[in-house]
Amino acid sequence: MKTSSIIILVLIAAAIGGLLMYSVDFSTYDTITSAKQKQGEYVHLIAKLDKDKPIQYDALKDPNYLSFYAVDSLGSVTKVIYHNPKPADLERSERVVLKGRMEGDVFQCDDILLKCPSKYKDDKSQLEKTVTQY
Amino acid sequence: MHYLNEHLLPGQTGHFFVLLAFVCSILATIAFFKSYKASSELEKKSWLNFARTIFFIEFASLLAVFAFIYFICSNHLYEYLYAYKHSSKELEPKYLLACIWEGQEGSFLLWSMWHCVLGTIVILTEKKRQALVMSAVNAAQVFLILMLLGIYVFDAKIGSSPFSLTRNELNGPIFNQANYLTFIQDGVGLNVLLRNYWMVIHPPVLFLGFASTIIPAGYAFSSLVSKDWGGWIKPVIPWALFSGLALGTGIMMGGKWAYESLSFGGFWAWDPVENSSLVPWLIMIAAMHCMVIYKSTGRALRASYLFTLLAYFFVLYSTFLTRTGILGDTSVHSFTEAGITMNVLIGLYMFGLTVPLFFLFLKNYKYIPAIQKEENLASREFWMFIGSLLLFLSAVFIISITSLPVYNRILHTNLADPPDREFVYNKVLVLVIILIGLMTGFAQFLKYRDTTKKYFNQKVMWPAIGAVAVSVLLAIVYPITYDSKGPGFLIAIYLALFACIFSVIANATYVFKVLHGKMKTAGSAIAHFGFALMIGGMLITSSNKLTISDNSKTGLFIPFDKDPSGRGTEDPMENLTLLKGIPTEMGIYIVTYYADSASKNEKTRTYYKLHFESKDSLGKNRENFVLQPDSYRMKDNNLTSNPDTRHYFTHDVFTYVSTISNPDHNKKDTTSFTTHEMAIGDTTFYSNGYIVLNKVEKNPDNERFHFSPDDTALVADVTAYSNKGTSYKLYPGLKVHNMSIDLLDDTSITQNLYVRFSGIAKGDKFKIGVKENNALADFIAVKTYIFPYINLVWAGLIIMAGGLLVSLLHRSKASKGLSTVAMILVFSALIFLFLFAHG
Repeated sequence: MKTSSIIILVLIAAAIGGLLMYSVDFSTYDTITSAKQKQGEYVHLIAKLDKDKPIQYDALKDPNYLSFYAVDSLGSVTKVIYHNPKPADLERSERVVLKGRMEGDVFQCDDILLKCPSKYKDDKSQLEKTVTQY
Repeated sequence: MHYLNEHLLPGQTGHFFVLLAFVCSILATIAFFKSYKASSELEKKSWLNFARTIFFIEFASLLAVFAFIYFICSNHLYEYLYAYKHSSKELEPKYLLACIWEGQEGSFLLWSMWHCVLGTIVILTEKKRQALVMSAVNAAQVFLILMLLGIYVFDAKIGSSPFSLTRNELNGPIFNQANYLTFIQDGVGLNVLLRNYWMVIHPPVLFLGFASTIIPAGYAFSSLVSKDWGGWIKPVIPWALFSGLALGTGIMMGGKWAYESLSFGGFWAWDPVENSSLVPWLIMIAAMHCMVIYKSTGRALRASYLFTLLAYFFVLYSTFLTRTGILGDTSVHSFTEAGITMNVLIGLYMFGLTVPLFFLFLKNYKYIPAIQKEENLASREFWMFIGSLLLFLSAVFIISITSLPVYNRILHTNLADPPDREFVYNKVLVLVIILIGLMTGFAQFLKYRDTTKKYFNQKVMWPAIGAVAVSVLLAIVYPITYDSKGPGFLIAIYLALFACIFSVIANATYVFKVLHGKMKTAGSAIAHFGFALMIGGMLITSSNKLTISDNSKTGLFIPFDKDPSGRGTEDPMENLTLLKGIPTEMGIYIVTYYADSASKNEKTRTYYKLHFESKDSLGKNRENFVLQPDSYRMKDNNLTSNPDTRHYFTHDVFTYVSTISNPDHNKKDTTSFTTHEMAIGDTTFYSNGYIVLNKVEKNPDNERFHFSPDDTALVADVTAYSNKGTSYKLYPGLKVHNMSIDLLDDTSITQNLYVRFSGIAKGDKFKIGVKENNALADFIAVKTYIFPYINLVWAGLIIMAGGLLVSLLHRSKASKGLSTVAMILVFSALIFLFLFAHG
């Protein structure tokens, strides 16, 4: 295990390292305001569903169109458009992670990750709520 | 206060056994080590006997703990938080096991029970190194059982007991009443997503894989302590093979589960949780190859140590990632923060054992023998080592991207996943596959130390020619159509596919030409054959996966208000709306959502019956089947759905429900038909336009009906012209059938128009009923994929597992009878699980 193997080893490591550096353009977690300044750039928004504004979804007409408004912790609001069916528990979600791009005043969303109280069985306060409901 | 109706005895007894197991694990660790240290044979023996007794008490205690958890869950004793959180009365008995390992405590218990099972095998099979290996196993047990303790030391709670009481853990006004149990009517129950038979099998197998990594690490420990550098390799190889087998099968069971029963749309998504179980497997396989190199040539010993210890470390690291809630925002598997003290314990488990192990390794590094002479390029060991290295580097690559949330936590950055996460992994690993595929192919024909050029060329030529021929043929007959990532990636896919085909052919050739079909020693060739087949299958099925539920192609629906940004046409329109009773075109199929039925056992689960039909060019029925994807509406109205799949030998038709109509909107249809008497060519108006009766035909063969001359049917040909300038063809009909008349109404959904052919009136006129209705019909939106050649993936996996098992039995010198029984059992179980047990 000397020169030749070490050379190949280093080459492979370098190639993979290079690919790694070259290939991964990580995105960032942003607020709505900062995302608006990064027009067209892929970002993650952590926000909440704005329950005062309408959710537009009619699966009968187009199951691949959902629009709603999201509000972040700083209070900024944006319209969100998502070309997929409405996640069933969107209205009940406590927090949403939206992946996509800001285009104009609209957030074009590729993926929604919901944080729902129901999934959080290990969450004590949620269990306390449930146990007293009965 | 004295609480009523509580059953405290099972919990107290169970908790006692937890404590007993914990004490035993500490004692056993020390006693096994003492046995190694003891100077006289007699003393060694007495310590060893003591240690074994303690160890078996520990094992029995853990079994008792499990039995008590099962008892409180199956009897719905909701005074225990574990039963309240994980079981519920509607839960079917088969899910009771699943609900035990759904929780943190239950899964750690499972893990520690596997430690005991494997430890027992070590006691039975290993003489020389038993004391030290078992000392390491028990040390791991100390950290694991620590997490189940649930006792208070000063004010800090150490671990979380599965037997803690609901009233002690939760606050609520009901706990101020002695009869609080009467208020808790049912438990939260098993998460609906997990109510699946895979949940019963997958976790035990995966945890067996996790648990099995401690044994090779224990062997490494034994050799580092006793400074017997190479002697541990021979007995550890079967364990490394076993670990690779259990982990690999466990991981792919997860893949099969995701594919078969969850609506993730595939078997692998590079989710952090999946990655963190793949990484230890890759490293364990690398370690196993290094061990084999050492056994044959005396090289790669240091790498064997390093990879063995790293494989163990990454199992713990994966536990850390998935259990501490650090993945929160990046994974679909939502894990919660288990609490700060629990996270500390998990951290302790991660480092408590591995830091001393690595310290021992580094301290002794320079004493571990290594051959300084350079390897021959024409030797098998050289390429095996490069392959191991490649596996290891892939693991490093995968885990370094997966660990993003960890960097964020440490460096206070806010980096997030890249836009196309899967592609980030795929584009690197497709290159790795090209290399691995080629190496697993040609390295079989290399001999250890040196190979003559003539021999090698002669052997490798035909497989290479065969692989080129098959690849070219494949590219012509069944080309890869995945071009959305550009031609470069497509070429890489083709190369990887070629490498896999080469490996499959080369390994098959090796078994028959070089080994002359002697299966006993063919384990590695079989495993490589299976691996290449599996990866090749993955390449084909993922590249040529077809979404047929394409809403834009059917033309059934008016386009929705376009986005303000004008985007939309290039977007995936992967969900198709199906109205109840309306046949809809989907790819080559005509799909009709014709009924739904509630599940017998679970009230909130509904099956949607979809009839799929396809016809060949002559109009003959080619396929005709029913799929029943289902959806659950949970207590809080959340919806989750399970897919249904039609399995063919060459492909799967896979569908799941993505949206269902809201039952609140489903008002009763109260309007009725208004009947008009119309002659041919007459028109009549409706609110959005008018309809024309073009003609009436007997037994027509048109786009809606295909009657044969034996039928007795009349069909009206009607066109609706809307005032927006669009027109729609409608074919209401009536059919005489068993002395009664079937009315075959037709509908134009976009016009909310229902047309009925209700009979013949006097004077060459026909009764045409017209109804307009704004009440929504029942509908669902579905997503449907075709996965071509997915069976290659499962078959490849089974063959790979079989190959590992052959090697394992061969290397552990198992008797012929035992080998045969083990082979038959494992093989038939795997074939059943992966190919026949569909949900």
